[in-house]
Amino acid sequence: MNDSLLLDVQGVSKYFGGLRANEDISFQVSRGEIVSIIGPNGAGKSTLFSCITGFHRLDKGRVFFKNHDITNRKPHAIGKLGVVRTFQIVQVISDMTVLENVMTGGFLRHTRVSEVRSKAEEVLAFTGLMARQNYNAPALSVSDKKRLEVSMALAMEPEMLMLDESMAGLTRVELREMIELIRKVRERGVTVVVVEHVMEAVMELSDRVVVLNSGRKIVEGPPKEVVANPEVIRAYLGDRYAVSK
Amino acid sequence: MGNVTGKQLAAAGVVLALFIVLPLVAASPFGQHVMILTFIFAMCGVAWNIMGGYAGMFSFGQVAFFGIGAYTSSYLLLTFNVSPWIGLVAGGIISSLLAAAIGYPCSNLRGHYFAIASIAFAEIIRIFFNNWKMVGAAEGLTIPMLKESLANFMFHSSKLPYYYIILAFLLLAVSVCYLVSSSKMGYYLRAIKESHEIAQVLGVNVVRYRLYAIMVSAFLTSMAGTFYAQYILYIDPESVMILPISAQIVLVAMLGGANTVLGPVVGAAVLIPLSEYSRAWLGYKGTGADMIIYGALITIISMYQPKGVWGSITNLARRGK
Repeated sequence: MNDSLLLDVQGVSKYFGGLRANEDISFQVSRGEIVSIIGPNGAGKSTLFSCITGFHRLDKGRVFFKNHDITNRKPHAIGKLGVVRTFQIVQVISDMTVLENVMTGGFLRHTRVSEVRSKAEEVLAFTGLMARQNYNAPALSVSDKKRLEVSMALAMEPEMLMLDESMAGLTRVELREMIELIRKVRERGVTVVVVEHVMEAVMELSDRVVVLNSGRKIVEGPPKEVVANPEVIRAYLGDRYAVSK
Repeated sequence: MGNVTGKQLAAAGVVLALFIVLPLVAASPFGQHVMILTFIFAMCGVAWNIMGGYAGMFSFGQVAFFGIGAYTSSYLLLTFNVSPWIGLVAGGIISSLLAAAIGYPCSNLRGHYFAIASIAFAEIIRIFFNNWKMVGAAEGLTIPMLKESLANFMFHSSKLPYYYIILAFLLLAVSVCYLVSSSKMGYYLRAIKESHEIAQVLGVNVVRYRLYAIMVSAFLTSMAGTFYAQYILYIDPESVMILPISAQIVLVAMLGGANTVLGPVVGAAVLIPLSEYSRAWLGYKGTGADMIIYGALITIISMYQPKGVWGSITNLARRGK
């Protein structure tokens, strides 16, 4: 077995009644990679995230992380193993300060409050939120909330970070900052998987791109190859464009 | 949160000293009785706050644990001559176990649904005790008279020992709540209150931490129940298992300030004397004027101080800095 293999998704299927949200999806992620999952709305990207992180029960298939079978394990147990996700709609704890939010994540690996606090401060310095540490979380701007979510996840000291649309709705400047932050996260040794619509970020960040359409994986490869692929163009823009290409 | 400054500690010391001296200098027997009742409800409010305020499990079933605490110690004393102190612990354990047994299947219930389930639970327990011959059914239990002593948890010549015991219990409950709120568990409970989803993302075992909170809360509430039985010396389902007691507990915590360690204590200090004195002054006339005043006050506080009395005090203090 490949030593650098971190995440191994094997034939994952998830149905909601008659809807095939995920159908026989397989892909792998190696240690230190940045992998993007893209696809039109409703392709099943967020569902796939939820299947991997234990928020949905799989109907078929298996998921391995560091050779541990994590199929259908509870989210908190998967988090303890080192897989941490964020949500498409930003989730923070609203009656806590920024620092307290991050500390809540930090308790996964440490118990002493003073230790957790200093670790959380380190994370906030890393993500650039230090100046806002005593703000109430709901008072943050959208981009800072996304940054806070990443901070909370990092406080859990993950090996793999899964970000669900952390670029959506950002201004250009904020987008550049977020791309920079994700690069820095990878430099820390954290493997990153993103679901993303912002193609600029996908092209720049990804080592590899997995494309989903209608619940199935249609293509996988380096970003440049993937965007030139006729099937991908068809999925996004319809037959007319694919043919004329 | 988490850091206690020397100033805060000193302030707590002064308040405690005041409570220790107060009944010696200022209170009539009725005044002492009101203070004891206040502490009972303060303790229950603090216990409720651990699950209701911090973890967002809005329980209207606390009276079940109060009642089980009262019944366990009384039954053990009456039937097996077991010391009420042992009964106190036994009641706490039984309440915690029962809380876990009912809490586990309710693990996914939130908000209103949890509240409804908790009401149903408390009513089932009340009706059960109302018909359970072994514990006196609707007639209740009369606690046998023993010699006055701390070991017997019984005093006839003065209310003072009861006052100090319940003060100590309240101090215990406040300390437990403080420890919970300023530790990992407190952070996790607040995450759970926000949403189960975010708590799970943060690595929180939601089911387990909810049960911890429910069990701690049940144990402390049960202790207050045992105390009540030893203080009044007679219990029946109508006095220790009815829903208005649950409602009173929730009110004390909410109006005082849920989600804060001392809020419920302040809430009890406002509400219980108000309710007792207005009843003593106006209640005998049978006009319901006492209930009107009491209800009006609750309405006013909740309209103007949605964060509770304690919330507005801390706000004022912050503004003053």
